[in-house]
Amino acid sequence: MSILAVLATDVNVAQNVGFYIIAAIMLFAAFSVVSTSDVVHAALWLVVVLGGVAAQYILAAAEFVAVSQVMVYIGAVMVLFLFGIMLTKSMIGSDTDVNNKGWGVGIPVALLMFGVLAYSVIDAFDNTVLVDPSEVQIASTTTAISDGYLGDYLVPLIALSFVLLAAAVGAIVLARKD
Amino acid sequence: MYAVNFLLLSAALFSIGVFGVIARRNAVMVLMSIELILNSVNLNLVAFALMNNDVDGHIFALFVIAVAAAEVGVGLAMVLMIYRNRRSIALDELSEMKG
Repeated sequence: MSILAVLATDVNVAQNVGFYIIAAIMLFAAFSVVSTSDVVHAALWLVVVLGGVAAQYILAAAEFVAVSQVMVYIGAVMVLFLFGIMLTKSMIGSDTDVNNKGWGVGIPVALLMFGVLAYSVIDAFDNTVLVDPSEVQIASTTTAISDGYLGDYLVPLIALSFVLLAAAVGAIVLARKD
Repeated sequence: MYAVNFLLLSAALFSIGVFGVIARRNAVMVLMSIELILNSVNLNLVAFALMNNDVDGHIFALFVIAVAAAEVGVGLAMVLMIYRNRRSIALDELSEMKG
């Protein structure tokens, strides 16, 4: 898609520019997560990726999911990760052996997977333009989400609460010293 | 905004996460790569919600966030237990169960 083709349609150019900047930062941070040799640095790069995902949610008009992402991932999960790193690492700094011996196998696997996914995505959704929702729709998104949770998805919500309860109890049982 | 933008970005994040799961030896780093994969799936769900003009994708994304939080809690507890028993969380040393 050339610049002229983009300008000819009703695509929001500023939104696209923001998307590409955030996407570039996210991809660089994701590469750093899987390539750095310091576990703490990997966790901090993961914060950049998670924040970028939250920014993309806002670009995609999903404010409630974005706020949940910031609170749950950046707030809670990252603290868990940092505690896990601190409790399992004897020394701070670069490790020499964070990769498997056969780590090179991952490169062709990842490239092949990306190729297949990109081919199918482009084949199926090329030139599908996302229409920006109206302000009324954006204002009622959270209402619609709560209607969904307390309506069609009530049983999955209750099941999920039991999953979280079981996970909390299981984590305590596993990590307890006795 | 094209739908392909979001979908290609999440495909790239997914592939990077898969590479991390395969390449990493440290159990905590493997859990971080799994977070990358789950986030790419969430990005897809939100993009499809925008494409279909429906909030069901948001609901599923929030479900995935909650399940990921539970998964990280249990996973890190298991890593701590392995570290306490073996003083190491290198995944290639956990080979007692191989046939």
